[in-house]
Amino acid sequence: MGEASPSRERGVRVQIAGVRRTFEGEGGEVPALAGIDLDIAAGSFVALLGPSGCGKSTLLRLIAGLDRADAGTIRVSPEADAGGATFAGGVVRSAATSTAFVFQDAHLLPWRSVLDNTALPLELAGVDAATRHAAAREELSRVGLSDAEARTPAELSGGMRMRVSLARALITRPRLLLLDEPFAALDELTRGRLDDQLRALWAELGMTVIFVTHSITEAAYLAERAVVLTPRPARIVLDRTLDLPTARAATIRLTPELGREVQVLQEALERGGA
Amino acid sequence: MVASTRVPSSRTSQRHLVGVAAPPLVALVALLAGWELMTRALGVPAFLLPPPSAIARAGVTDAAGLAMATLITAEAAVAGFALSTLLGVLAAVLLATSRPLERALYPYAVLLQTVPIVAIAPLLVLWFGPGGRAVTVSAFIVSVFPVIANTLAGIRSVEPSLRDLFRLYGAGRLATLVKLELPAALPSIVTGLRVAAGLAVIGAIVGEFVAGFSEGAAGLGILVLSAYRQLRTDLLFAAVLCAAALGLTLFGAVSLTGRRLLRRWHPSARG
Repeated sequence: MGEASPSRERGVRVQIAGVRRTFEGEGGEVPALAGIDLDIAAGSFVALLGPSGCGKSTLLRLIAGLDRADAGTIRVSPEADAGGATFAGGVVRSAATSTAFVFQDAHLLPWRSVLDNTALPLELAGVDAATRHAAAREELSRVGLSDAEARTPAELSGGMRMRVSLARALITRPRLLLLDEPFAALDELTRGRLDDQLRALWAELGMTVIFVTHSITEAAYLAERAVVLTPRPARIVLDRTLDLPTARAATIRLTPELGREVQVLQEALERGGA
Repeated sequence: MVASTRVPSSRTSQRHLVGVAAPPLVALVALLAGWELMTRALGVPAFLLPPPSAIARAGVTDAAGLAMATLITAEAAVAGFALSTLLGVLAAVLLATSRPLERALYPYAVLLQTVPIVAIAPLLVLWFGPGGRAVTVSAFIVSVFPVIANTLAGIRSVEPSLRDLFRLYGAGRLATLVKLELPAALPSIVTGLRVAAGLAVIGAIVGEFVAGFSEGAAGLGILVLSAYRQLRTDLLFAAVLCAAALGLTLFGAVSLTGRRLLRRWHPSARG
């Protein structure tokens, strides 16, 4: 499957309207999100860019349903859901497993093998051992870790652990993939490789991807659309569809087009007071 | 890039063992020699401080009695320890289900630790009758708190993001407990069990002091008391050594099992 033709009907549309979230802090209330409106098309790749602690992770947790908003609505809807046929090819298709979340750290279970870590979402969904292990092997080969299935997380490098985390996220064939600064702790080279891998996976699987990062270059390189947020409380200062080719290779990192996008995002961040 | 977790080869581990075992052994031999010489040279009465040779002799002549007593105490200590493991982990799991419940009940768990077992041992005799059952309960009461406290701390310190992960995939309460909380708490549980193993032996012997009298079955606590009454200080020492050996064995068995369980993934069980 070519990079230029992601199967967009796989993804879901995410509509965020007037979302507010305030936390109780030591010195009173700390507003994290002050009225966010965002409409994310099915199958798109969106980067949420903002300074550390600006509330972008909060927004991601709200979309995942791990936290509740104080006001506003979030709708995650399968826009092109033609009788469920769009899910063909996956192992498990249920509403509960159609969203996947990749955390800042790999967050694997250290007592489990790579294979059993990858299979965890299916195990929790009650899938039998043979089926879930077959599915886990498939995902591990997708991220290039076929020969590591018997190892434990402690025996892997940081980059490999993150790839296991990606494989675990993909095993349910999520229609929405949320990533919270997933590669922030990795070295530049590993990070670049994982960026490319993520783009390729998105192109192949066609889910909606929302990627939170504080790296301007990463946002510009990865996403089709970048949303720039201000520091707390988060507001949207820029919502931009990036003017870059869909098919991206590592060479694009050096082109003036990417440089121009980086500059636009940088200016927006500064305008927002970062 | 790959973190090394290889087990040391058998030869280096043997050399390691010698390095660990040699210094305390040398110290022990020196201590015993000094003790023997001192008691002989100063003519210390044997009922005050018998020389090591006399203690060894008592150990040999009373071997059958000592072994029997050790077995009886071991039975009560192991049973008490098993109760602590089972009920302690269960109690911690219950307390971990809600903060209000923990706040309401935890002080009483602490009370278990602070109550002097000697003071309530007579009560145990009244409730459970003299003999093994009361002694087992005594071992349980003394050893259960570290199991509760460590298990609870282990469950409480589960990474919040891992909880999120389980929530995201719709894991129920039981699945979260079995597949996340208990395995994640295992290093803490093992720590608690190691402490509890030694305490269970202490609890059993103290229990025997008060509640251990039932015909035929006399544990180490009883043996210590009767040796004391007969001024058989050599036998008393031999019994104390048996108790120490019992405690060490139980502690060692729990440590070894813990290491085996955690070997593949936890830093505390490596190197």
